[in-house]
Amino acid sequence: MIRLRNIRKAYKTGYNQLEVLKGIDLDIEAGAFASIMGSSGSGKSTLLNIIGILDEYDNGDYQLDGKMIKGLSQTDAALYRNRFIGFVFQSFNLLPFKTAQENVALPLYYQKMDRKKRQDLAMEYLDMVGLADWAEHLPNQLSGGQQQRVAIARALITQPKVILADEPTGALDSKTSSEVMELFKKVNREGMTVIIVTHENDIAAMTRRIIRLRDGVIENDGTTVSSSS
Amino acid sequence: MLDQDTWQEILGTIKKHKLRTGLTALGVFWGIFMLIFVLGMGKGLENGVFRDFGDRAKNIMYVWPERTSQPFQGFQPGRRPQLRLEDITAIRQNIPDVQYIAPRLSLGSVPVYYEDIGDSYEIRGELQDMIRIEALQLHQGRYINDLDIRDSRKVAVLGKRTAEVLFGEKDCIGEYIRIKGVEFRVVGIFGPMQIKPWTESDLEAIVIPLTAMYRTFGTGERVDYFVCSAAPNVLVSSIEPQVRDLLKKRHHVAPDDPQGIGGFNLEAEYQSIVNLFGGIRAFLWFVGIGTLLAGIVGVSNIMLITVKERTKEIGIRKAMGAPPRSIINMILAESIAITSLSGYLGLIAGTFVIGGINYLMMANNLEPDNFYNPQVNLTVGMGAILLLILAGAAAGFIPALQAARVNPVIALKDE
Repeated sequence: MIRLRNIRKAYKTGYNQLEVLKGIDLDIEAGAFASIMGSSGSGKSTLLNIIGILDEYDNGDYQLDGKMIKGLSQTDAALYRNRFIGFVFQSFNLLPFKTAQENVALPLYYQKMDRKKRQDLAMEYLDMVGLADWAEHLPNQLSGGQQQRVAIARALITQPKVILADEPTGALDSKTSSEVMELFKKVNREGMTVIIVTHENDIAAMTRRIIRLRDGVIENDGTTVSSSS
Repeated sequence: MLDQDTWQEILGTIKKHKLRTGLTALGVFWGIFMLIFVLGMGKGLENGVFRDFGDRAKNIMYVWPERTSQPFQGFQPGRRPQLRLEDITAIRQNIPDVQYIAPRLSLGSVPVYYEDIGDSYEIRGELQDMIRIEALQLHQGRYINDLDIRDSRKVAVLGKRTAEVLFGEKDCIGEYIRIKGVEFRVVGIFGPMQIKPWTESDLEAIVIPLTAMYRTFGTGERVDYFVCSAAPNVLVSSIEPQVRDLLKKRHHVAPDDPQGIGGFNLEAEYQSIVNLFGGIRAFLWFVGIGTLLAGIVGVSNIMLITVKERTKEIGIRKAMGAPPRSIINMILAESIAITSLSGYLGLIAGTFVIGGINYLMMANNLEPDNFYNPQVNLTVGMGAILLLILAGAAAGFIPALQAARVNPVIALKDE
């Protein structure tokens, strides 16, 4: 599903170049449930941006579901993000003036699907995350866990190739964290590729594969013991 | 571009910042209001001045005799030529660009009676066309016509005030009045189009056929002066020298004598007033557009702030797959919506105020000098609407580009 070859990325800081990714080779197969770990400055955010087609890389190759992701125009990048990637963010990032249902339907708006159809579909996905009764609520009327479930429904609604979750439990208490993780597991069991970026060991431990980054290279890549759950 | 979601979003942002949006909208509202208001008032001024001018005056000329200043063909200077009826025929035959020629011969202070009511009035001998040239109108009956002239009929058209004095409330058409003891049948009542100090004499004059005047009062075929109008699409300034040259030749006046035959037309004055109002209008547009521009800059500013505030939201939308074009559309739509809505209200308010002033002036019979019928014409209204949409787009342009440049990575950053 994801194939990275010798990915390099550097940022210019004044006269210096700060190399953030120093040659990343990584394969993530379809249906995987993986976590990317690393301390701040390890390059994990940059890697996530590149996988999520939010940022460009300087060198190497990135193939997503067999398609080369390189040198895309902004419009094409937006199209690929819309079709292939479902994002889940630490701070949920729901639009505050839209109801739960409208938030879930938003990615379909950019596919120019008609309003009735996307609202119906959004309702289905809200039902799947157990929030059908909250469809008309605004984000600030929902708890953190509920907001994150809405965000997951939003990520799933386009049936993307990959779910990219950036510290999805970072703003949640441990009980809701595990609820959210259960939801990810369920989604993964149904065949979705899920990649979670986290710095929490117990969250990473719930995935089947942990990729550890350090100073811009992969330090460790292995399957976890508790993969069976 | 303006589907339900777009509207919802525009309403959403407007609701979130009611005061701010309101103040911004006020700028555009005021801009359009001022534009409409000053243009409407300017139009009122223009209408007033042109009304005083008379709508026919611009292509007519007056010709009269005056003392010569040069000797010519044996004649001494200081002689006053006498214009005659044949001169008119000669002009008709020789100068095709003249449309109407209306001569006038006046007798002052002639006693006129209806039964035993009477006073002295100015009697004017005319042909049929004076009412087509000067700013006169018929109130009742008819003016003198070519049959009256051919047959030298004793008919009279009374000035409005004369009719009132002689007949009071009574219908005067068909009645007989006595001019110097000679009976004339009244066929009509006329008066000036506007009552001004210089049109008072038209109210009191009595018009009879020139031929009847010659025959009845023994004046000889003289003419005091006459008025010519130029044919459509002919400049009166181009026929005035032709008419004067012809008359000079006929009356033995030296061709280069500046006197002898006098002439006058208002074309140059009219043109300079037209130009003046052109200038005034340009100035009013300039001021109006300037005010509007200030409003538009306000909108642009607020949109920039909005984009800044919504950077995160825009980043999220981009991460969800919003192409740059959709982001640009979103910002432009909001800008155009705010601008057109507030501008439209300004347009309505401006039109309403101008219409109100016009209505009040009409209702109270106010007729100040140099101001009449202020109005907003359709072109200005349509122009303003178009301007608003363009203005909205212009105001949103820079903010929209700014929004399109937002890096979607923002969505992943936590504040």
